[in-house]
Order: sequence, then C-alpha cells, then structure tokens
Amino acid sequence: MNIIVCLKQVPGTTDVKIDPETNTLRREGTKNVVNPFDTYALEEGVRLRERYGGRVTALSMGPPQAEEMLREAISCGADEAILISDRAFAGSDTLATSYTLSCAVNKLKDYDLIICGRQTIDGDTGQVGPELSEMLGLPFVAYVSKINEVADDKMVLERMVEDGHEVIEVPLPAVVTVVKEINIPRLPSLRGLTLAKKVEIPVWTASDMEVDENKVGLAGSATWVAKVFFPQRVQQGEMLEGEPENQVDTLIEKLRDLKIT
Amino acid sequence: MSIRIETEQCTGCGSCVDVCPFGIIEIVDDIAQIEEGCNLCGACRDACTFEAIIIEMPTETAPADKSYRGVWVFAEQQDGQLKGVAYELVSKGRELADSLGTELSAVCFGHNVNDVSRLVAHGADKVYIIDDLLLANQQEDIYAAEFVRLIRERKPEIVLAGATSFGRAFFPRVAAVLQTGLTADCTGLEIDTETKLLRQTRPTFGGNIMATILCQTRRPQMSTVRPRVFKRSTPDDTRQGEIVKVDFDKERVSARTRLLNFVKDLTEKVKLEDADIIVSGGRGLGKPENFDIIRELADVLGAAVGSSRPPVDEGWIPYAHQVGQTGKTVCPRLYIACGISGAVQHLAGMQTADAIVAINDDPDAPIFEVATYGLVGDLFKIVPLLTERLKGGQ
Repeated sequence: MNIIVCLKQVPGTTDVKIDPETNTLRREGTKNVVNPFDTYALEEGVRLRERYGGRVTALSMGPPQAEEMLREAISCGADEAILISDRAFAGSDTLATSYTLSCAVNKLKDYDLIICGRQTIDGDTGQVGPELSEMLGLPFVAYVSKINEVADDKMVLERMVEDGHEVIEVPLPAVVTVVKEINIPRLPSLRGLTLAKKVEIPVWTASDMEVDENKVGLAGSATWVAKVFFPQRVQQGEMLEGEPENQVDTLIEKLRDLKIT
Repeated sequence: MSIRIETEQCTGCGSCVDVCPFGIIEIVDDIAQIEEGCNLCGACRDACTFEAIIIEMPTETAPADKSYRGVWVFAEQQDGQLKGVAYELVSKGRELADSLGTELSAVCFGHNVNDVSRLVAHGADKVYIIDDLLLANQQEDIYAAEFVRLIRERKPEIVLAGATSFGRAFFPRVAAVLQTGLTADCTGLEIDTETKLLRQTRPTFGGNIMATILCQTRRPQMSTVRPRVFKRSTPDDTRQGEIVKVDFDKERVSARTRLLNFVKDLTEKVKLEDADIIVSGGRGLGKPENFDIIRELADVLGAAVGSSRPPVDEGWIPYAHQVGQTGKTVCPRLYIACGISGAVQHLAGMQTADAIVAINDDPDAPIFEVATYGLVGDLFKIVPLLTERLKGGQ
C-alpha cells in the first residue's frame, strides 16, 4: 500500500507573545516544527505500511528550510520525502496550495491513500485536505479517528463527528484527514535518524510539475488578506472580592439580577 | 501581486519592522528586508513615511462576474431537524442581503425536514429544498455535486455554511470544484460599503491574530461560520417567503463512501452547543475525580459540563466536552470557568457567552479579561459553596 502524507512546517507555537510596545508578534525563540496534527497523519501512514507493506512518501510545500522538517519525517518512519518549493508558490491560499499539491501527487502517480492532518495550527482552516481530494477527483473522509481495515480496493474507518463517530467504507485511492485521537506518534528511531541524515530530498519546482502558472501562488489564489490586526479585549468585568462566602453571595445576587438562577 | 522595497527610498528607519504583525521584516545594512511568510497585508506600506514599500497589484485583474446575485445559506439538517447554525446564518445572511439590496435564500437537502418555513421567519426570502430519501443522511459526495450544480445554475454572489464537522468537510469541496475562495470559521461578516465585497474576518494563529479576507474576483464568495458565533434573530411569523422544491435526478449522482454505522457518544447528558448554562473545568482541577465538583454544580444549575483542553489531553474527560479552537464553540447565557487560565484557544470557543464567571486562584489569569464576574480564590472552596447555596435557595 503506497501512502502519501502531506505535512506543513509551522511556527513552533501559536502561543505567540505580543510585544506591548509595538503591538506585534514576538517570534524570538519560536522554532519551526511539523504541524502537530500532521504528525498523526505520518504515524498512521507508517503504521499502515507496517501492516500492509508498501511505501510512505512525505510531501510538503514550503520554503527551502522545510527540508529540515522532511528529514524529521524520514527519521519517524517515512521512506522518502519530496519538497515542493518555488518562489512562484509564495502567497498561496488553500485553493492554490491544494492545486499545487495535486500536481505533485499526479507526478508521483502510484499511490493508494493520501493522509493529511485535520488542520494546521497557523492557518487553522482544515481546507487543504478536502480541496485536494476534489482536485484529484478522489473520495474524501474528514476527521478519521481509526482505520479499522484495508482490504483490496477499499478501507473501513471511523470518523469523529459532534456527537459520536461514524463507521464508513471508502474505496481506494482516497484522501483522508486524521484527528489526534487516531494514534500516538512515535519518536525518531536510530535507524531513521541515520537515514534522515543521508537521504536525498528532491525539490520540485513549478516547471518540474508542469503547473498552470495561473493556478499557483498569489495569481492562483482566490482570497486575499486585506487586513491583519490583534483582537482587542477590553476588561469590563467586575471582580468579586472578600472571603469565599462573600464572593459566592455576591455572585448569586448578580446571577439573580441576570435572571439566570 | 508582489511586495518590494525601493532601496533608493528606504532609510532603514525601522518603522515597518515595528508594525509587521508577523515580525518578518529585518533591517540589513540600513535597508528593510522582507523574509518568507509575507501575506501582503500592507501594514508596513502604510507605516512607511518614505514610500519605500511597494505592493504591486495585478494590472489585468478580471472584474467579478456581475451576473452573480443574492446571498445563500446552506441550511444543514440532521435526522430531519434543522441545526441551530442554519437559523444563525439566515439571521446574518438577512443583514448581508439587506446591505446589498438583494435576496436571501436558504438551501436545504434532506428527507422530510421539519420546520423549513422557520427559515423564512428568520429572514429567508426563498428556501430551495431537495427532498429525497437518498439525502436523509449527509451524503457528502451527493451533497457536494448537487450544491455545485445549483450554484452554477442560479449564481449566488455569497454562500455561507456552518463550520460543523460536516460543513467543514463538504464546503471546501464545493469551493474547489467552483475554483473559488473559501474563508473558514469567520467571526465577522460584513459588506464593504464602497466595493460591495464581503469582508470576512477570522481568527488565525490560534486566535492570536485576526485577519480580514476578501475574495475579489471569483464568485461566489464563500465562508463557513462556527455554530453559536452569530446570534439567531427574533423570528417574524408574518414574513412571507417562497418554498421552492428543486428536482432531484437520482441517475445523475452517486456516493462513493458508504455509512455502515453510527455510534453515539453517551457520556454527554446535555449537548454543549445547545446548553443555556455551561460549567467548565480546567487544569486547576488537578485530577479526574475533581470533575465531580464541576458535575455537582452543573446538576444544580441544569447545566452542561465543559472542559478546557488540558483535562481532555490528560484523559480526565472525553473530547466531546472540549470547548475552544479545536473543540466546540459555545454561546450559552452563562459560562462558569473553574480553574481555567484562559488560553486564547479556549477563549475563542466561549467568549461570546452572554455572561462569564471565572473562578481561579491566579489573579493574572487571562480568563479574567473576558469575565463578567471574576472570583479570585480557591475553586475547591468556592465551587462547592456555590453548589450548596444554590441548592439551599431552591
């Protein structure tokens, strides 16, 4: 079973500190990491390969430094990695990103399953997985929390929804996104680390993948960020002082005023 | 589009460095240098007093297709019941349609769906319904194909859907086929008075940054909105609207995925999203047994039990209870946060509650910034006391 896992390099934390003087993000000390949700996608790919044989290909679109993250993916079990990188891809929204990824997948050709994380922690959209499935014309299942079995040309899996989970059968090849409940990602192995050091990571550019220039980067993006600002929180609340007894009494009065209790 | 620095003009003053929300501008040899990650928000250009930062817009941008008119809302149902988010979106959609002076339509797929006329009472001028047994379950493949067909036929300029687990999976597929933009999890939607474009504001970077997104030339402009982000309007039963049954050709569609079974999570007594009151516990509870004091208070209030992320990660309580960025967005009349520090990701899921009570022993906890009433103190004293007093008062 040949599996493609899509990964994104993101800032190490979204608990970014805001510099009160300049009102901008403080980024010192935040190193880039694999998007946490994608580590579950990678682990699931590696587990499926261990059960059913085949190959796991880690695929990422990003700046040249994302290569370092792909080496990490190799150390955690991926067999090979490909970096999609070109200045022409800068400024891509989810539509342009999923188109570019679909070009890389088409170039890879021989695959049975594509796994993505449920969303990234920087953009938070969760749109690239489903959009990619449409670009490839493949069936799609989101929020997968368990892959029960893979048989011939189909797969039975569980998908997490608001009030429980669904058991779904999906024909292969397919695209799925996974949630963190699906597994516990492993740490790098010694063998993996050795492999990660020497493995060659090919970099595919726009011309390598024969992309339609009008569909990638800013030109290929349908959305545009018009404005970026920091959420303003104005403290208007009231602190209830005193011993616990007084605090609770005051609170109950306040809640009565709100006609809640 | 691209951004560049006019090196002749740049003095290396650094005012652009200070305003860049992403912190990616550096002064190298007295010239500003923009690193990877720019999304052309323009903050630096606006701050530059030397006109040294140029953002080039594409010159031959095709104008948006003006034949797209009207606002649409995808009205999601489950087991024949419309979801709350359908009414919330119709309420917001009404405002948008009024600003544009156009019609609002709701689109509903399902079988024997109840109360679709309520969508009219909340503001829809038209309700398009496709009613078929095949659509009773949310068959993503069929829903996506049929929705694409309807949009291509009738050309709405704005289409909204709920960011439910179904909506977040199905809507991007519709956008991808239509090759148009989609903005996820919007918390603000308004019409730009000048350009008439939909201004879509959403939290990003885990709620640390807000971004306003435009879809300038492609149509329709599409957004998803989390349940309980927008308020449901007061229904007007005298409102007139048209219910339009749309033909459904079974031969045309097929679903590739097959639903074999649905297993309901039974741990939740009251559905969080529908709860009037929510009592939530956080890391401050210390251990799983201590959720009992949260449950006791919830029982007295007839409330649902919520949680911030750490207790869920620790396995103290199932994921279904998690409130926040990667959990549920709630908007109850009262939210009581016990031992929750208030990370932005948690605040993103509950800060629109009508009233928020925060109980925490750390007076500097960010939860107090959004609290209507704050109680600094030991939650193990305050919460049981509150439960006891409320019991006594009945």
